[in-house]
Amino acid sequence: MIEVDVEALGVRALNERLHRLPPDTNERLWKITNPKGAHALAAGLDRPLTIEIEGHVGYYCGGMNKQAEITIRGHAGPGLAENIMSGVIRVTGNASQSAAASGRGGLVVIDGDASSRCGISMKGVDIVVGGCVGHMSAFMAQAGHLVVCGNAGAHLGDSIYEAVIYVGGDVESLGSDCIEKPMTDVHRSKLEQLLASAGLRARAERFRRFGSARQLYNFKVDHAAQY
Amino acid sequence: MPRSIKAKPAAPAAAANPAGHREHASFPPLVIAEIQRAAREGIYDIRGLGAKRRLPSFDDLIFLGASISRYPLEGYRERCATNVTIGARYAKKPIELKIPITIAGMSFGSLSANAKEALGRAASEMGTSTTTGDGGMTKEERRASKILVYQVLPSRYGHDPDHMRSCEAIEVVVGQGAKPGGGGMLLGLKVTERVAGMRTLPVGIDQRSACRHPDWTGPDDLEIKIAELREVTDWEKPIYVKVGATRVKYDVALAVKAGADAVVVDGMQGGTGATQDVFIEHVGIPTLPAVRQAVEALQELDMHRKVQLIVSGGIRTGADVAKALALGADAVSIGTAALMALNCNAPIFLEDYARLGTAPGYCHHCQTGRCPVGVTTQDRELEARLDPELAARRVRNYLSTMVLEAQTLARACGKSHLHNLEPEDLTALTVEAAAMAKVPLAGTDWVPGRGGA
Repeated sequence: MIEVDVEALGVRALNERLHRLPPDTNERLWKITNPKGAHALAAGLDRPLTIEIEGHVGYYCGGMNKQAEITIRGHAGPGLAENIMSGVIRVTGNASQSAAASGRGGLVVIDGDASSRCGISMKGVDIVVGGCVGHMSAFMAQAGHLVVCGNAGAHLGDSIYEAVIYVGGDVESLGSDCIEKPMTDVHRSKLEQLLASAGLRARAERFRRFGSARQLYNFKVDHAAQY
Repeated sequence: MPRSIKAKPAAPAAAANPAGHREHASFPPLVIAEIQRAAREGIYDIRGLGAKRRLPSFDDLIFLGASISRYPLEGYRERCATNVTIGARYAKKPIELKIPITIAGMSFGSLSANAKEALGRAASEMGTSTTTGDGGMTKEERRASKILVYQVLPSRYGHDPDHMRSCEAIEVVVGQGAKPGGGGMLLGLKVTERVAGMRTLPVGIDQRSACRHPDWTGPDDLEIKIAELREVTDWEKPIYVKVGATRVKYDVALAVKAGADAVVVDGMQGGTGATQDVFIEHVGIPTLPAVRQAVEALQELDMHRKVQLIVSGGIRTGADVAKALALGADAVSIGTAALMALNCNAPIFLEDYARLGTAPGYCHHCQTGRCPVGVTTQDRELEARLDPELAARRVRNYLSTMVLEAQTLARACGKSHLHNLEPEDLTALTVEAAAMAKVPLAGTDWVPGRGGA
């Protein structure tokens, strides 16, 4: 394992080193210490690396990630794993707003709570939150899954497209065009699979499923009040 | 089918008034027709292109050619350079443009693949850049464009770090002149399988793009966002910030503070593929005052010529280019005009214009996807009407003409580089233009709003 003190090396030098690793690199295991809230840490990776970050990170940690598996042992600032393409990003603590925003693939796991707009504009990423999510989560969510083991804040899934939301706790309110849908065996098994891949233990039976009513997909005069 | 796809009847009374009836100043026939359309349909009108109303513009400025007090350059012999470097503030690899006219961001989806390819080819042949749009980068445009600017938009449709790494510059789009404060729209007929696939959306929906970025809000966040984009691309690419012209002085200053290498300011004449007519006509300020305000913001920060200013919105001729540059822009960007060079509003396929309830010269029905000339469509048959090679040739000719025109004016003012044009070379024909551009009214020393004579 390669250990890097990011406070000493600097974010730029670290990211550049990670970006320059050849595709067949043997330097696959990394431990990053002293992040101290640094922004854009390990952003833009495209190698099958396993990275452990010991401490809290700032904005956009693991942004646009491909392939890499990043574990943050601490809390994460806004835009965690934004536009993630593939790989896994995990936070052992809480994540600030817009976690996994517009993510297109891969898995994002937040052991604690996520703030507002978790999964905003998500486009295929799977997000599993051990705790609760804040308001406007899964806003305009296009594809992928958002699993919330705790409660969801107001306006969940506002203007949602084809993404699927599972919530284990209470939902404060649903946003425009988001409705509760029946849990079938297919959905339960998908949910179990997501929980298992996140390494979280929760009973799939207590979850409810939410998705799009598809009433806002085309402009209609009668829906003017909802736009 | 969304309402606005349907062919609409032309406003009948608006066409002629042979009997000389008295027109109502507040309710002329076009206004009556719009009230009755709204009463019939119950929803705002959605259309393409930019503001159609008359606005103070570069037409209201003229150049003071050289004479005894200044001497001109020989029109056909003495060099008048046109090159511009963008992004030297922070980018390791700034871009070098041979001409100060770039092609603005227009999405594949709004535009046909042939149109995107033609723009890319023409720009490459002229040594300038073209820009992606909402919905991501297509292989065709990457192949056709030597210098491609990759947009990072609020919707993040199709946003791909590999595409970002493959481009020559990055443009963070905060707004556009046609609709500052509004998100994009792409109506159902244009959301084909390919377009929907690129955007991860269901086929055939009326797509509404977000108007705010999903992962940042405000100037302090923007600074961190730009830093992330630089980190992902190893500080190689110039990063532009594009804003619709509204509170230009503040927005430009904040973009500079946030770390932009270049700022793109799009005036209200700037076009759109589909936006509410009320938005197009009633939000944002014209390009003319926007240039001046942007330049002043840069000068106050001592960043003029260090952070490049690219101006767009209603640029049509070499005269517009020269005037924008004289007011202090480093380059201009064209969208609508480039589409017109492709054939937008050309008098061909007249029956298809008629089917849309319009005519060549008046068409703004990009939103329908039924573009008679194959520019703003996803319909295979219509798209085939645009031959990318011939269309590229036309755009190239047009760009070339504009450069020659701008050089003609610059030489007449005695300038060996287009960037040597200055506000002192200009004078205004109207009080409004004089006030907005802050150049004197022709024949006077009077700049409205400034003290003194």
